[in-house]
Amino acid sequence: MPVITVTVNRATHKIDVPDNMLLSSLLRDELRLTGTHIGCDTSQCGACTVHVDGRSVKSCTMLAVEADGLAVTTIEGLAEGEKLHPMQTAFRDHHGLQCGFCTPGMIMAAVALAEQNPAPTDAEVREGLEGNLCRCTGYQNIVEAIMSGARAMHGARS
Amino acid sequence: MTPFKLHRAKSLSEATKAFKAAEEGRFLAGGQTLIPVLKQRLAAPSDLVSLGGVAGLAGITASAEKITIGAMTRHADVAANADVRRLLPALAEMAGGIGDPHVRNRGTMGGSVANNDPAADYPAAVLGLGGTVVTDSRRISADDYFQGLFTTALEDGEIITALEFPVPERAGYVKMPHPASRYCLVGVMVTKGAAGVRVAVTGAGQGGVFRVPAMEAALAKSFTAAAIVGIKVAADDLMTDIHAGAEYRAHLIGVLARRAIAKALA
Ligand SMILES: Cc1cc2nc3c(=O)[nH]c(=O)nc-3n(C[C@H](O)[C@H](O)[C@H](O)COP(=O)(O)OP(=O)(O)OC[C@H]3O[C@@H](n4cnc5c(N)ncnc54)[C@H](O)[C@@H]3O)c2cc1C
Ligand code: FES
Ligand code: FES
Repeated sequence: MPVITVTVNRATHKIDVPDNMLLSSLLRDELRLTGTHIGCDTSQCGACTVHVDGRSVKSCTMLAVEADGLAVTTIEGLAEGEKLHPMQTAFRDHHGLQCGFCTPGMIMAAVALAEQNPAPTDAEVREGLEGNLCRCTGYQNIVEAIMSGARAMHGARS
Repeated sequence: MTPFKLHRAKSLSEATKAFKAAEEGRFLAGGQTLIPVLKQRLAAPSDLVSLGGVAGLAGITASAEKITIGAMTRHADVAANADVRRLLPALAEMAGGIGDPHVRNRGTMGGSVANNDPAADYPAAVLGLGGTVVTDSRRISADDYFQGLFTTALEDGEIITALEFPVPERAGYVKMPHPASRYCLVGVMVTKGAAGVRVAVTGAGQGGVFRVPAMEAALAKSFTAAAIVGIKVAADDLMTDIHAGAEYRAHLIGVLARRAIAKALA
């Protein structure tokens, strides 16, 4: 088993991983970061979205070994102590969730989107959520939350 | 996934060596096709040879005549590249419309062209622009490269290192995305350049991507959407599946080709 060095939410781990372990499984089963959800086995739902070196990826569709030397951020890494990330706050304020299963992936996708586009339009948010499925909300409040969260991240009033 | 041994090659020769030594080897690029296939146990290779650490496989170089894109270049990087956007915006737009942002952050051009999924986007660019597939041992022209569903001219163990595209005078690409997967229900690339007019259709053919000579001939005379009104592609060789019938796909080819021409002229 290869030993990899991976930084997850600012903590660096040196860890033995099987060749065929998925990044999602490293996060959930080894590091016990179960905020990253698994919603499908076809790489379509995006519940498992995390950031690898700042880019959003589906952690169920990447080998853990391939994160060697890289920095991973999961939903657990967004808040600073008790202080929620502005995108998390926006999801709460806009009621951007119902059952909450898709929410970690939605928020990770949203933060990546907002980092590239500080003031996304409704259409840009929907386009950006192409890889994230929600079975509950009908997306309306998710889109509103992201538009507002993006502006909050960049310091504007929402 | 069934167990496999993973090799992290640092060079093409290391990759080739690991592949040759394996009982059943597979190259791993962005994994956005291969990993779902492995998870569903549709394949069970003994060894995966990752190309991610091979130096020199990612990156884009451009001149006024030619754009060269390394095989490991991610879709998102093609979409964002300033030279591609300036010289070949149809390709940047195509790359930006593949799957979703997360898939585009991992998936690679070489992986897509090697895989030759009949509903993939890039095959339409390679064939429609008259591109060249560059491998570790030779150069293959687009017209010789695509050989049917998931079938290409690549030999077992041959590695795509780059894709070359001549910069066209005009190019337009339009696809009708499948509403769930974003793969092409039908996609049409129309280009006009030094080598003439080319029309390539993906998503529709039973044998994968193909050209439409009747449209090309009409467009060579007059590069306008009006020139191809009435030119039909026979439904006989097109796919029928739960998403769309062959007749509908045949109709879409005409509609999307005209839109692609309008884009190329815009
Ligand atoms: C949800 C989802 C939506 C998608 N939507 C689209 C879409 O709309 N349009 C589209 O075109 N695609 C789509 N894809 C596929 C995506 O573009 C893949 O990235 C691409 O098909 C394969 O590239 P990869 O780098 O991920 O290759 P991998 O999955 O790593 O490899 C694919 C195959 O190519 C071989 N291979 C890889 N690189 C090389 C090389 N350099 N030389 C030789 N062989 C090689 C591998 O051995 C493997 O057999 C989608 C995928 C997903 C998961
Ligand atoms: S669990 Fe990763 S895309 Fe569904
Ligand atoms: S809130 Fe239930 S799946 Fe999105």
